[in-house]
Amino acid sequence: MDRIPILKLGHSLLVTIQVDMHDRLAMALEEDLTQKIVTHGAKGVLIDISALEIVDSFIGRTLADIASISRMLDAATVVVGMRPAVAITLVELGLSLPGVRTALNAERGMALINRSVTEAGEEDAAGAGDAHDDE
Amino acid sequence: MPTTTSDVLQIRSGDDVVRVRQEVRGAAMRAGLSLVDQTKIITAASELARNTLDYGGGGTARVTLLQEGARRGVRVVFEDQGPGIPDVEQALRNGFTTGKGLGLGLGGAKRLCNEFVIETEPGKGTRITIARWR
Repeated sequence: MDRIPILKLGHSLLVTIQVDMHDRLAMALEEDLTQKIVTHGAKGVLIDISALEIVDSFIGRTLADIASISRMLDAATVVVGMRPAVAITLVELGLSLPGVRTALNAERGMALINRSVTEAGEEDAAGAGDAHDDE
Repeated sequence: MPTTTSDVLQIRSGDDVVRVRQEVRGAAMRAGLSLVDQTKIITAASELARNTLDYGGGGTARVTLLQEGARRGVRVVFEDQGPGIPDVEQALRNGFTTGKGLGLGLGGAKRLCNEFVIETEPGKGTRITIARWR
């Protein structure tokens, strides 16, 4: 069975969905991504859906699941490249994607991930500083 | 009098849902629907095909290219011999789901179509007819 390729991009993972996903492919993607987030210590997951002409509730659920799983593993998920017709249809369908951030393209998506990684780093540093102050 | 062409598709697996999408896309393009309208009817069809599979126990879809004078459109009929929908009103309301879905139910799919008819009988099955016109 074909599996969707996952590329390492700095401290992030890039997934490009180019085919009509069926159930087994979606499950395989979730498993592969989860594995790779842990293996590479990835801080972000970029999902490129610019090739998708259709996003239905099944695909939406898959994206939301990936975002939830990633967050549990301390990684941020950003979906990029949503087509305008898809965005219009999703709103009319009433499908909100809980926990899924979107960006216009991969560049902006990476900036979003980098920003959240930096903010998390600053919080960690501030926390460590407080601990020293107690001594 | 409308001239039509139609294909009947089996819905037995996730791959079949993909096939339904492709068939509806072909018809929508031949009907000359705008890109947004194509996206809407294909998405609605995808939702209903998945419902047929997940809740109907499998079934069929028939895609028809409609032509009434200058008017052109696409109609898709989904049929199954599943448990039927006991409360259609509730199913059409946003947020309803018996399965693992995002709670969209049929209300969302209905909004994407110009025509949307549900025929159902608990214990017998369900037939849903949707259409989008140019």
